[in-house]
Amino acid sequence: MKKHAITLTVNGEERDLIVPSNRTLLDALRDDLGYTDTKYGCGTGECGACTILVDGMTTINGCLTLAATMNGKSITTAAGLARNGHLHPVQEAFIENDAIQCGFCTPGMVLKTISLLDENPRPTEAEIRHGLEGNICRCTGYTKIVEAVQDASRRITGSNVSAIGE
Amino acid sequence: MSEIERYIAPNQLDDALEALAGGPVTIVAGATDLTPQITGGKRVYKATLMNIQHIEGLNAVTKKDGKIRIGSLVTVSEIRGNPMLKKHGGILCQAANHFASEQIRNAATIGGNICNASPAGDMIIPFLVLGAAVELARWQDDRIETRSVPLDEFFTGPGRSVARDDELLTAVIFDVPPENSIGFFRKSGPRPALEISTVSIGIGGDFSDGTLKNVRVAFGAVGPTALRGKLTEAALEGKTLNQDVIQAAALAARQDVSPIDDIRATKWYRTHLIGVFTEELLNNVCQN
Repeated sequence: MKKHAITLTVNGEERDLIVPSNRTLLDALRDDLGYTDTKYGCGTGECGACTILVDGMTTINGCLTLAATMNGKSITTAAGLARNGHLHPVQEAFIENDAIQCGFCTPGMVLKTISLLDENPRPTEAEIRHGLEGNICRCTGYTKIVEAVQDASRRITGSNVSAIGE
Repeated sequence: MSEIERYIAPNQLDDALEALAGGPVTIVAGATDLTPQITGGKRVYKATLMNIQHIEGLNAVTKKDGKIRIGSLVTVSEIRGNPMLKKHGGILCQAANHFASEQIRNAATIGGNICNASPAGDMIIPFLVLGAAVELARWQDDRIETRSVPLDEFFTGPGRSVARDDELLTAVIFDVPPENSIGFFRKSGPRPALEISTVSIGIGGDFSDGTLKNVRVAFGAVGPTALRGKLTEAALEGKTLNQDVIQAAALAARQDVSPIDDIRATKWYRTHLIGVFTEELLNNVCQN
């Protein structure tokens, strides 16, 4: 398989790597670069466990994306959200609202929530459910997840923290 | 897994078309259909993998001289949020709003959704209702040669179309609909998000004084390709909408379709749903 040198900026850090043409971005992040906070769930774009932010606030599924096509892009994973030892307000809201059971969907849910609140800082419950439709929780803790997003909305709009925290 | 011998990411259409003319190429943009097809063993990579995302001029939505042109690299998210399309092609935004998930909408392109030629392709239905044509480009005699194919003549079967191996879909084009035009889209499946439609339907036309003209009806997932509902269109054309006309159209719709039994639904259920949805959308038109 043909290999390519690409550069990705992951959580603010520039990383050079060599990838085969068919390598997914998710495999490159987890297995080549060690960002195991990005999860492999279904591998077909249905569950959202592999959600990442690209060039700001655009969410995509890492499992569907070919790494070679992402050369030069800036990527944020859940591991890149904390600032100066403090978790992101969305992460805090998920913890304090018990919106985490097994935790496998949480990195994707948190990133999707950040992108949702960036576009719509005060979403209705229906807008939250529509916004998170690409992320599945198999513990089915959706009620608490919705409550966490509502709480995160209050934290962010109340404190003028920009959604990405910088 | 077959070997990819070459990966290219051209910036210019000329270079992309020359590569297509030169041999077997797998085209990739958002990869939202390609990756599951490869990992599921339904497709193998060809010798050249060409990323078309950087080609200039294929990512714009423009309105000019009575035509709306949507470049093939425009994503479903961009359609969903485009104010001009909301005004002049609202049925596209309705379909985009219920397309997969936001993560997929952000990556999936219009060109990919059409070229994948799924009978259940959700963006195909509104484009059929709008009477769209696709623009295909290829490299011929050292220059770009383009042709236009009406979308309702583009598909030849599941995953198949009239596009040649050396052609690239560069745009989808349709006439700016008149002021009194309406359009409604509806799909069904077991889950509101990320479902592959059990059936989908779009109805559009010019609507004034309770009467529909220039009606176009399209159905998805009820035949080997997405299709126009010619009997339903005939049952509606020029008619003043009332319950008798709506019932006749719902009956015609059931005759227009030829669904199959598969893992997602039975032939009987799909045929039934098409009738129900036809009735529902026409009632929406009346209340519009």
